[in-house]
Amino acid sequence: MGLLSDPNRRRALTNLLTRLNTPLCIVCYLAGVAWFMGLAFEPFTLRTYMSENAMGSTMVEERFLAGERALVTAREFAAQKKKMGGMPVDWLVKAMQARGLEVFTQSFSRTLPFPDENKERYMVHGTNVYGILRAPRAPRTEALVLSAPCTPGSSNNQAVGLLLGLAQYFRGQMYWAKDIIFLVNEHDLIGMQAWLEGYHHTNTTGMSWTPLEGRGGSIQAALSLELSSDIITSLDLVLEGLNGQLPNLDLANLFYAFCQKIGVLCTIQGKLQRNDWDSAAGYSQAVQTMLLMVLKQASGRPWGDHGLFLRYHIEAASIRGINSFRQYKTDLTTVGKLLEGMFRKLNNLLERLHQSYFFYLLPSLSRFVSIGYYMPAFGLLAAILLLRALDLWVQLGSPAPGTEDGLVDGEQPFGPGVLSVLTPLIISHLTGVALYTLPIMAQQTAVEHFPVSETEAVVLTAIAIYTAGLALPHNTHRVLSGEGTEEGWRVLKLIAIFYMAVLLGCTALINFSLGFILALTLVPVAAFITPHVPRVLSALVMVLLSPGSTLLFSIFVYQELQEAPITLLEGWNLFLSVISQGILDHNLYGSLVYPLISLLVYPCWLLLWNILFWK
Amino acid sequence: MATCSCCFPLMMITLFLYILLYLQPVPCSNVETKASQLFSSGHTNNWAVLVCTSRFWFNYRHVANTLSVYRSVKRLGIPDSHIVLMLADDMACNHRNPKPATVFSHKNMELNVYGDDVEVDYRGYEVTVENFLRVLTGRLPPSTPRSKRLLSDDRSNILIYLTGHGGNGFLKFQDSEEISNVELADAFEQMWQKRRYNELLFIIDTCQGASMYERFYSPNLMALASSQVGEDSLSHQPDLAIGVHLMDRYTFYLLEFLEDIHPASQTTMNDLFKVCPKSQCASTPGHRTDLFQRDPGSVLITDFFGSVRKVEITKETVNLTTPIVYEDHENPNRRIGTPQMASFWAFGPSSCLCSSRPTASNTSSTSSKTLPQALPGGPKPLVVGEKGICHITGMTPFHLLL
Repeated sequence: MGLLSDPNRRRALTNLLTRLNTPLCIVCYLAGVAWFMGLAFEPFTLRTYMSENAMGSTMVEERFLAGERALVTAREFAAQKKKMGGMPVDWLVKAMQARGLEVFTQSFSRTLPFPDENKERYMVHGTNVYGILRAPRAPRTEALVLSAPCTPGSSNNQAVGLLLGLAQYFRGQMYWAKDIIFLVNEHDLIGMQAWLEGYHHTNTTGMSWTPLEGRGGSIQAALSLELSSDIITSLDLVLEGLNGQLPNLDLANLFYAFCQKIGVLCTIQGKLQRNDWDSAAGYSQAVQTMLLMVLKQASGRPWGDHGLFLRYHIEAASIRGINSFRQYKTDLTTVGKLLEGMFRKLNNLLERLHQSYFFYLLPSLSRFVSIGYYMPAFGLLAAILLLRALDLWVQLGSPAPGTEDGLVDGEQPFGPGVLSVLTPLIISHLTGVALYTLPIMAQQTAVEHFPVSETEAVVLTAIAIYTAGLALPHNTHRVLSGEGTEEGWRVLKLIAIFYMAVLLGCTALINFSLGFILALTLVPVAAFITPHVPRVLSALVMVLLSPGSTLLFSIFVYQELQEAPITLLEGWNLFLSVISQGILDHNLYGSLVYPLISLLVYPCWLLLWNILFWK
Repeated sequence: MATCSCCFPLMMITLFLYILLYLQPVPCSNVETKASQLFSSGHTNNWAVLVCTSRFWFNYRHVANTLSVYRSVKRLGIPDSHIVLMLADDMACNHRNPKPATVFSHKNMELNVYGDDVEVDYRGYEVTVENFLRVLTGRLPPSTPRSKRLLSDDRSNILIYLTGHGGNGFLKFQDSEEISNVELADAFEQMWQKRRYNELLFIIDTCQGASMYERFYSPNLMALASSQVGEDSLSHQPDLAIGVHLMDRYTFYLLEFLEDIHPASQTTMNDLFKVCPKSQCASTPGHRTDLFQRDPGSVLITDFFGSVRKVEITKETVNLTTPIVYEDHENPNRRIGTPQMASFWAFGPSSCLCSSRPTASNTSSTSSKTLPQALPGGPKPLVVGEKGICHITGMTPFHLLL
């Protein structure tokens, strides 16, 4: 007889499975964590290389010299910005026209679901100004974008100045095969979202904007510039975009190649390159860089103005100039040369960037980890869920010890069994829906009754619902069907484990970092929770490993990695603002982290909480 | 008297000269041997098929390679009507070219190989494997213009130059198809069976180029490649202003070598084999001569790269017996070929032999420009040049009826 159909052999296998289940789970968990930490170890990583043939090496001759003039333009821009108290639209239009571009403007407005700390208003109005440099000889089928944000105050003036300087220089060259669009957007991401929606004729987020009068072709690549000082010491590359999407690795490779050619210090996550990646200190820095990238990706928010381009399959990155206390300074001409070189190479592109990886982690600018290497870490954690599910299936299949009459016992809990399983499911999901919708809907009533601002009202409502969820299923369960049966909680746990496996698997495919972090905390909970474990201790552990606490811990870890540790109170405030930002991101740009957590992950966790209090 | 004393030597000299001028006519049977010595290489016309198979801006160097060889071949005498030039992409007018209408082969823009007299026969998407094989084998539709045809015959020496991206046993055409070494060998065999070449020189500048000539099996083929199987052919110089590599190493040194060749040079194939050693090329060029009948040391470069007409000035007169009178009274100025040529067709469509009996007054006073008069009753002379007879080789029948 076959292996699985022979009852003796089957019993032997299942006994093995039951006996070794817990040790195997622990081994898998430790192996998964160790694999993840080992990803940053230098011999396991690959050196970055340029995959796109059309871009070739960095052989161009950069001739941009107008850095000083760009500074003058920046000061003019700053003065105009102060005079207008916002975006100096007319001055920008005139400046771009003087440089020979085709200039257009777009005005947009958005009603925020609740005013966040930055805006303190419900309505956001703004104008984007963009100029198109038409390719001298090519048909207008493709475009590249260089953008700089117009931020209030004294930031990013030099970015706009350099943008205008580059526009003037580019206008004098005749080797452009693509149109170049120079964009100055207002209100950072909101303005960028309006511009992109107008450009691509989509309206996914409910913003209202005037249609774009002038257009280039389909955008092949975009760079966003953030410069707030006359001289810089290093350039930071920001890759993480909306929902953890990353641009093609070739863009990062291009940036790094030019940094090396021109001799500018380049960083990623604010950390410098070093020579000794295989030493202990080097490994520690690589792990920190990778963890920062994982945390940023898991948050699902765009970390630069480039983050919104990625959704339209446009490879984009943000370049941030940093001025710290270092001896070697770089001036604006050199930054201009770097951008000129990058644009010349992007000009040579014949198709969109697609040769290099789309899913990767960067322990440093010169090393990368591709999806084939980091996915097994998540796979090992998912294997724990599979082992537990098999174990439960075996337990459910074999009759309970002490009962002789299998048939009668099997039938009896079936009726109330379904109801006792279905109820927690429905109640958990309803709580999730409440967590998703109520905070914004109920903010007005909350403001009336409590002395808090709207933002705080929303966040505190969310936390209140979250905590209330802890109490709810616990009580209703007792009311509805009395003591639960052994089989009932096993069935519920099986369902919960399958649910979690599918959920985390799909999340990890789209956003590996989010899936991995959730798996790290939720999989042990799912593995060891039963009604028979010590209740109080388990409850404490479960709360500590719930999605909300995971978020709190991640904030502290993030601050530690950034070398800016914070106190408990600051951490709590940051936690509140992160929640409000998450809700806002979801409403403004369509970020999926908040709905995922509130509608799917939180109910899943509530099911397990329910199992803990089954009896 | 002084005049009388030098009169006698003068008379002797004049007599000597007359004797020289009126040589005994050579019997016809010796002419064949004489003529055969002139046709020792066996070819009478030269063709070139130059193919660049890559498109896209970053393959600028392949177009520059092909245009460099085109330039050399034209300089050494092969006319555009005998060159089939296939370029898969237009680099000179590409939007990314900072110097439009130029293709440079040397950095600092020293040599513009695009020039103003480049005739591209197959351009852009017309450069396909099918078109290339049809050109070689001659199986073109009747509507194909002459400039797109390889009108070679069994007395033609053909130079075939291919460049692009290749691998072990194949050459990539235009990013969408490939030609394999087996196909190429079969195409050459078809050419041999249809007697479309006398001798063929095949040069290929791609990665693993030697694999392309491994499968040849037709006679009279000589092949050169820029790299062996398993090696990559590397590019030579990048030009920072244009932003691409301008040439491949093998063709760069080949061009340097060819720049020293002029139509009368006696450099042989053995020197060509030495072009671009490993120290310069970083790959090992290879060659194959086992199918070639002559010794490469006796094969001149100009046998393939140039269209050298063998012109030998001789003072011998050759009397061709049994002339057939072929008069045209209406147009006495028209040059008429005499049927003496019939006996020499065996050597190829070539010689226009002239009769040997010009009158003294005619020959000594005629310049090369005047055409011969129709002498009554005598054979029609075809005088080209001043004194004596020129054996002219390398002309197709078409050129005779001038």
